[in-house]
Amino acid sequence: MNTAVNILSLGIPFSVALLIASLGEMFNQRSGVFNLGCEGIMAMGAFLGMLVPYSVGHGGPTSEIFNVLGLLLAMGVGALFGLLFALVVVTFRAPQGIAGIGLQMFGVGVAGTLFRHFIGGTQSVPGISKFPIPLLSKIPVLGPIFFSHNVLVYIAFLFVPLSWYILFRTPWGLRVRAAGTNPRAADSIGINVTRVRYQALAVGGALAGLAGAYLSLCQAKMFSDGIIAGRGFIAVALVYFGHWHPVKIMGGALLFSLAQSLQLAIQGQGIAFPYEFAVMLPYVLVIVVLAFSRESQLLGPTALGQPFNREKRI
Amino acid sequence: MTRQFKLTYKFTIIILAILAAMGIGSIILLAIGADVTKTYLVILLEPLKSTLQISEVLLRAIPLSIIALGISVAYRSGIINIGAEGQMMMGILGTTMVALSLPTLPKIILIPLAILTGALFGGLWGFIAGVLRAKLGVSELLSTVMLNYIAAQFYTFMLRGPFLDPAEKTLGGAGTPQSMRLTKNLWLTRFIPRTRLHTGLFIALALAVLIYLLLWKTDFGYKMRASGASGRAARYGGISVGWYLVVSMVISGAFAGIAGAIEVAGVHRRALEGITAGYGFSGIVVALFGGLSPIGIIPASFFFGLLIVGSDMTQRLVGVPANMINVLQGIIILVIVSTKMILADPYLMERVWRWYQRHCKTKPEVEA
Repeated sequence: MNTAVNILSLGIPFSVALLIASLGEMFNQRSGVFNLGCEGIMAMGAFLGMLVPYSVGHGGPTSEIFNVLGLLLAMGVGALFGLLFALVVVTFRAPQGIAGIGLQMFGVGVAGTLFRHFIGGTQSVPGISKFPIPLLSKIPVLGPIFFSHNVLVYIAFLFVPLSWYILFRTPWGLRVRAAGTNPRAADSIGINVTRVRYQALAVGGALAGLAGAYLSLCQAKMFSDGIIAGRGFIAVALVYFGHWHPVKIMGGALLFSLAQSLQLAIQGQGIAFPYEFAVMLPYVLVIVVLAFSRESQLLGPTALGQPFNREKRI
Repeated sequence: MTRQFKLTYKFTIIILAILAAMGIGSIILLAIGADVTKTYLVILLEPLKSTLQISEVLLRAIPLSIIALGISVAYRSGIINIGAEGQMMMGILGTTMVALSLPTLPKIILIPLAILTGALFGGLWGFIAGVLRAKLGVSELLSTVMLNYIAAQFYTFMLRGPFLDPAEKTLGGAGTPQSMRLTKNLWLTRFIPRTRLHTGLFIALALAVLIYLLLWKTDFGYKMRASGASGRAARYGGISVGWYLVVSMVISGAFAGIAGAIEVAGVHRRALEGITAGYGFSGIVVALFGGLSPIGIIPASFFFGLLIVGSDMTQRLVGVPANMINVLQGIIILVIVSTKMILADPYLMERVWRWYQRHCKTKPEVEA
């Protein structure tokens, strides 16, 4: 019982980076663009998120303000990267897969370069502290599992209904879905497909930046070159797995993070199982999940991956 | 539109693309307070200043060109292989396995056998991604990335476990995860004294010729390129597109495996961590930069070998971290794919032509 509570209460914060990044990626893909550069934007976010509290704040009561500034900086630069990607794949209509790999290399490279210059070695930051919700966190089993995390965990889970509402109940959400489903029809009723895709990529980039900053500020409390460890790519896979729907994506993110915390728990029990194979598991899981969700591609945005050219008539 | 205008138009766009790439790079360099001109000069010229440095550039061009050749085969068949890094690791493991288990074989048998085993292991790793794409519709972009992470863990596991150098296990050893020094029968000859440049260079050139012949002079290569250029049309023409996807992915993986085998046999002479050194990713850039053809890939691999050696020197000479190479490679990919699309856009050219006629010409010429 105690172990189960531990696994769950560890697994939920693990899911946050994946959840935020894949919700962002969902907006990208719903507008018709898949952004494989998510990993690179997350790396930038992870670096920028800890840069501000590391270089300005040194503990004390004001440090939370610098943490927030770090998060905002990560989101802002993430959005900028999203716009850069939009320039390449929306305006220039470059193939999205290979351009995404370019953005990933660029983001990881810039984060690594700036990190070596501004921070250097493995420096840790106090990070964002836990905030147990009064009263609710005192509930025996549910308290530690759901109500004793840092603020970002609660915010991330609030993003799920919020992004559902934005996507399915607001005019902007309708425009995003139209741009991703039938851009020509959307264009004919006066939707500016290019602008919508730019906006969606900026939102996706900002969320990817936030997800990266969560990793450095809340989870690892430091930055290293491999900090993202493929989570950007897993986030892209989760969008397929979650059928482009926020609630199902949340389910996928939880599945992955619980698998991770379960693996840590098994390691903790001292069961002889090579460490490297344990680390492999989430990546194997991605491939298995993708292999068994072939039909899900039929549910996706029909114009996913196709650049839109107003001037072309077919 | 005059012929002269078309040429100038294309030339201008390429110049603008190069300027854009260098401009974005400069922003990053300025952010870390580096001397922009000096950094570019160090990266581009410093490695050419001595024979030793040039041999180091060529040394890096060997795996780059082999991997890029494989990636270009896959790319032309319609599948993007991002998994060269993992396939290279598997190739290294294959080669090491052969060299460790059959150290007494004569050179003439051991070297081909070890390289072929490397190719087999790399090809197998590529095969997984190919089959997943062809049979189950799994995007190769995601599966190859995941296979990279899996291979990296497996590689570490093998180096820490079965392949671990017995000397590292003893009290005097540091426990570094690496294999023992492989048998001399595996070593490729270093043919310029006091440099590390080895005969793998000729293997790379031979493979380039092979790929040229395969893609452009055989039926098989034609069918591969047809599958990549237009899958639907190829299928209508009776080509089994899925099969060619798998085969191209196996070739691509095998080439990455060969690159790994040659790195072990020629440079490191043992399996250790960090051999792949990002070659798998740089190979993608080299393939694109080389226009996905062997004739372009050979100079492109030299150029990127230069960038890699140059970036290693910037830390010491101008205080710019070696990670700058990743930044440059990312920018180069983004700029190349954008430039390709801009060059291929007839509407844009038409518009520029009209603008040019209105503003720069007094009397319009007869259209050519």
